[in-house]
Amino acid sequence: MAELTYREAVAHGIAQEMRRDPSLVMLGEDVGPAGGVFTPTEGLIEEFGPVRIRDTPISEQALVGAAMGAAMTGIPVIAEIMFSDFVAVCWDMIANEIAKTRYMTNGQVSLPLVIRTANGGSARFGAQHSQSVENWAMMVPGLKVVAPSTPADVVGLLAGAVRDPDPVLFFEHKGLMGSKGEVPDGEVVDELGTARVVREGTDLTIAALALMVPRALLAAERLEGDGISAEVIDVRSLVPLDARALLDSVSKTGRFFTVEENPRLCGWGAELVSIVDEEAFWSLDGPSVRITTPHIPLPAAASLEDLALPSADRIYETVSKSVDLGSRR
Amino acid sequence: MLPAMSDDGDRTEQGPARSILGPGGEASIDPADLGLKEEDLRELYRLMVLSRKADLEATALQRQGQLAVYPPLLGQEAAQVGSAFALQDEDFIFPSYREMASAIVRGVDVVGYLLFHRATWHGGMFDPNEHRFGVVSVPVGSQTLHAVGYAMGTKLDGKPACTLVYFGDGATSQGDFHEACNFAAVFRAPVVFFCQNNHWAISVPFERQSVAPVYRKAEAYGFPGIQVDGNDVLAVYQATREAAERARTEHTPTLIEALTYRLGPHSTADDRTRYQPAEQIAEWEGRDPIVRYRRFLESTGAGDEAFFSACDDEANTEATRIREGVIGAGPRPLEELFEWVFADMPEHLRRQRDEVLGRGEG
Ligand SMILES: Cc1ncc(C[n+]2csc(CCOP(=O)(O)OP(=O)(O)O)c2C)c(N)n1
Ligand SMILES: [Mg+2]
Repeated sequence: MAELTYREAVAHGIAQEMRRDPSLVMLGEDVGPAGGVFTPTEGLIEEFGPVRIRDTPISEQALVGAAMGAAMTGIPVIAEIMFSDFVAVCWDMIANEIAKTRYMTNGQVSLPLVIRTANGGSARFGAQHSQSVENWAMMVPGLKVVAPSTPADVVGLLAGAVRDPDPVLFFEHKGLMGSKGEVPDGEVVDELGTARVVREGTDLTIAALALMVPRALLAAERLEGDGISAEVIDVRSLVPLDARALLDSVSKTGRFFTVEENPRLCGWGAELVSIVDEEAFWSLDGPSVRITTPHIPLPAAASLEDLALPSADRIYETVSKSVDLGSRR
Repeated sequence: MLPAMSDDGDRTEQGPARSILGPGGEASIDPADLGLKEEDLRELYRLMVLSRKADLEATALQRQGQLAVYPPLLGQEAAQVGSAFALQDEDFIFPSYREMASAIVRGVDVVGYLLFHRATWHGGMFDPNEHRFGVVSVPVGSQTLHAVGYAMGTKLDGKPACTLVYFGDGATSQGDFHEACNFAAVFRAPVVFFCQNNHWAISVPFERQSVAPVYRKAEAYGFPGIQVDGNDVLAVYQATREAAERARTEHTPTLIEALTYRLGPHSTADDRTRYQPAEQIAEWEGRDPIVRYRRFLESTGAGDEAFFSACDDEANTEATRIREGVIGAGPRPLEELFEWVFADMPEHLRRQRDEVLGRGEG
């Protein structure tokens, strides 16, 4: 076991896969000598050299499009988009080309491709550099979507993504870069499409992703103080989604909450709630409740951003109020 | 020692950039031929000094935790001041995020401008229409397209105005830039593409953006491209004035590549010592645009000691005002979080506002 920061875990995970597979290459903007603007790729160019760790011109469409072409030759490729907001700059490649290649070639062409990107708010970067866009990717058939919350998951899920035959969008959270956690020694490989119960509970279930997981855990601790036992599930992977884990939990607890950083409309929680509604309705003791960022662009001002993103306080208050209303009925 | 970038791409070929001032400030033409009166010559100096001081003050404010982040323009004063000064009031500027000096030329209040970098508000707090200076644009290259459309709009209105758009060397790698050039040529948009080639895009050197010099790309789109010494304020002024005139009267776009250098970090969050070679920094520090222009003013007698120190005094006073203004700017009211998402707030947003602000049923 070694304690790593989330950002160190990214480089650790990439290095693990690059050592294992000498054909794996990575390309992106400022990923080389600078080690990435959030320094998650620090040290990689020194070990793997400028051909495998390649700084590109500022051309997201070109770098992702070329990553697709390279992947068609069978070379596994990791492409980095500096801020996830800028997947919009190359969305044609991602949504129209990469996502549909296997389908349109009757399964004959695979794209062993991972698009890594810094996602999410809390860094005060404002409307165009803070968005949580994992729900954009979730809506596109053909893309797998992963968003780890701990250093160990970064390493394991990144390895799972690199080894997956389908294109994976891998969302690293800017707000977690400095967080620390134990990473097992030796090779770490995790399975995509598996959620994790990060806290067991009996009264209600909270599903969260990435930065929202530690916040949900904080809220759960406070609920415990009020005698409410919350189970917290780290969803980890939106596509494929571990619906079984959610349904099992809800059939035990009877209440379901989601904590999403996406703006309210069409955030991933809506999909989860609809699954729970269709498949576990008779286990529910009350309505499912979504705790989200409102339907607004994110502000840069600290006081405003703190208000916009779901906080541990807001999670605690919303859950308490909902549980309280339920018990008063 | 870091490994070399790689074997791809070659050292970019650079043509002889147009210049007027020699390294010691000697001018190759009479500035009167540029249509510049002595007071204009002094004004160019004053604006560069004000810009440098404001820029250093902004960096200092960031270091003291008063700004969230700031992208310094240090070293690029001549490129920005010379080009903005060459425009007329009716012309419109689309900036990237590094053009505070051009904003100063356009009369934008620096305190309002910096409130974007203070993260007080979503953009700079100034009126783009009043100053004909657009909003700061960070998604690299996107503003080139907005400028082309704006230019097409003014042309439809029959106005004899041009639109100038600033972008960096890195932005020339974006499809947006190329598509903007082609659109501008096809629709004869009265636009000036002004590239400040400061040799770096964050940590990536220019040779990783392009093998051909930027200005030569214009030829492929069918309009003139000019490379100019971007640390020579008179040459920048001349090239921009010509290009702006060509845009207004002939509806012909121009691409100007101003060769300059980013003497500061990419932004205050960046550590440039990881990638910028010390010798290169030293070489460009020796080509300081303000020092060079001051020598010119001294040699022609257009500026004397009293004038130079008056400029410094004014810049210092202004820096104090900027500091006080920025520090004194309090946070915005929380209700504003929900304003201006739409012209009228839809019902679903009203409900979310009440929920987040703890209003409503409770
Ligand atoms: C579409 C997009 N991709 C990446 C970024 C991150 N980024 C911000 S500035 C920058 C470098 C731009 O370099 P250049 O165009 O040369 O302008 P300079 O910063 O040198 O003024 C990059 C890559 C961004 N803001 N937008
Ligand atoms: Mg540059």
